[in-house]
Amino acid sequence: MHYLFEPGLFASGPVRTALLVGAVVAVTSGVIGVFTVIRGQSFAGHSLADVATTGGSGAFLVGLNQFWGFLAAGIAAAALMEGIGVQRRRGRDVATGVVLGAALGAAALFLYLGTLHTSTTGASFTVLFGSIFVISPDTVPALIASGIIALVVVALLTRVLLLSSLSSDLARAKGVPVRIVGMVYLAALAVSVSLAAVAIGAVLSTALLIGPSATALRVSKSPGWAMAVSALTGVAATWIGIVLAYDSYYWPPHGHGWPVSFFVVTLVLIGYLLTYVKRPRRLAPRSPHEGAECSPA
Amino acid sequence: MFTGLMLNTWITGSIVAVIAGMVGFFAVLRGQTFAAHAIPNGAFAGAAGASLLGINVLWGLAVFAIGGALGIGALGSERQGRKGRNDVVTALGLVLMLGLGALFISISSEYAEETYALLFGEVFGISQGEVLPILLLGIVSVVAIGVAFRPLMLTSALPEVAEARGVSTRRADLYFLVVMALATSMTVPVVGALLMFSLMIGPAAAARSVTARPGAALALSVAIALATVWISIALSYRTNWPLGFFVGVAGAVFYLLGQGARALGVSRARLTA
Repeated sequence: MHYLFEPGLFASGPVRTALLVGAVVAVTSGVIGVFTVIRGQSFAGHSLADVATTGGSGAFLVGLNQFWGFLAAGIAAAALMEGIGVQRRRGRDVATGVVLGAALGAAALFLYLGTLHTSTTGASFTVLFGSIFVISPDTVPALIASGIIALVVVALLTRVLLLSSLSSDLARAKGVPVRIVGMVYLAALAVSVSLAAVAIGAVLSTALLIGPSATALRVSKSPGWAMAVSALTGVAATWIGIVLAYDSYYWPPHGHGWPVSFFVVTLVLIGYLLTYVKRPRRLAPRSPHEGAECSPA
Repeated sequence: MFTGLMLNTWITGSIVAVIAGMVGFFAVLRGQTFAAHAIPNGAFAGAAGASLLGINVLWGLAVFAIGGALGIGALGSERQGRKGRNDVVTALGLVLMLGLGALFISISSEYAEETYALLFGEVFGISQGEVLPILLLGIVSVVAIGVAFRPLMLTSALPEVAEARGVSTRRADLYFLVVMALATSMTVPVVGALLMFSLMIGPAAAARSVTARPGAALALSVAIALATVWISIALSYRTNWPLGFFVGVAGAVFYLLGQGARALGVSRARLTA
């Protein structure tokens, strides 16, 4: 135990903050990610994260906390994507891609201007790859609150969301306002992505969003279970990642910790690949309806 | 603006634009936008690894880009209509490579400027020696697409017909992803990982919204990519702002122009003529 948990691990303030924020982030991303995977919006989720980078670098430029930048840009991008029709399957990838391209260009400019004024060159690294150990305690309540709000919204909408994800025609026939539900969901997705961006970086937040939920959807039979498994997997990956990152300070090269993001991503990926190993090969041909309830992954 | 090192910039930029226009056209046609985003970004991690080991950056880019392409192709689903799973695999492949990139960057003692250049591009200050390998890789990618032009078109436009004729959609996908990886490894050091994507998607999407004929759309896509790069280089040279900013914005502007032209019925008139 002594070798696994370095002395002083749990006494350290930043580590405790990191574990707390990490858990909130992982649960939010895990639950919301299940819908992202079911709705086939992995690319949209990833794009929101990358667009959030633009907000993060903009916030860095004007000296605000990055979280607010991530959040503002994420929600704006969600509205824009809804406007150009991210819900429709055809052509949406291209529209998403064009928005993403323009936003990345703006991020390049903001980071360039930012480094021009302040000469802190580590900024682009922090914005892109996150740094869970340097989250300022002031923002922790805001992070937790927005995570909980996003979770509650999605929990209230679960049935409607599932229905409109699996068959939007059926949902519409039952009187569900599909567009509004989709928009609210995208806003919740933007919040969860911003949270993950703070923790493990904008470009890696996709790992927490897609990884645990894709894993969970491969092993569980119902969406409810999938959400639970996904949240648990996410929390496990994040916590182990934090502990390993703390330990890695003593690994080569000496006196230089490895990034948390790297461990989290690797663990999430190992989890996903394990589901391929475990699943026995099917002998009977699959019927077209089998697995249709929750396994697009 | 057109002397010495700047000449190299114009030459390299033009090569990159031609490749991005061609590869991007097929990426948009085949619905592989996400892969077009993932492979250049993953390649960036390879570049970081190569600079950590002290070898030529092109090797790292090529290894990661081709590895990523093969991984995405191998784990992806062979069945049509299961795009959701392909997206998941692409997303996970992307984050794995980026995670490695984060590790490489944090271990290496390189300056953040180099990271920044790989992400957002550094087209100025390309030496004579760097132009040749980029040109060679460019020719290889163009030839690779030219050789497989018909099967690529067929599997993109009519996958069922292609299957019936014995052309494997899955193999075509894999082939195309590897070509994209080759193209990426030469272009990332010039326009940067994040912006290579804009250069592939913007012009191709704009061209596709103006004309439906494949030959014309391909030519138009290359032309718009060239225009994007040339305008961006000129503006970047004047303002000293990053090239990537202009590439990203120009791509979106051309797309909007294309959509506008389509809305005005230009494309319909051309189709019926």
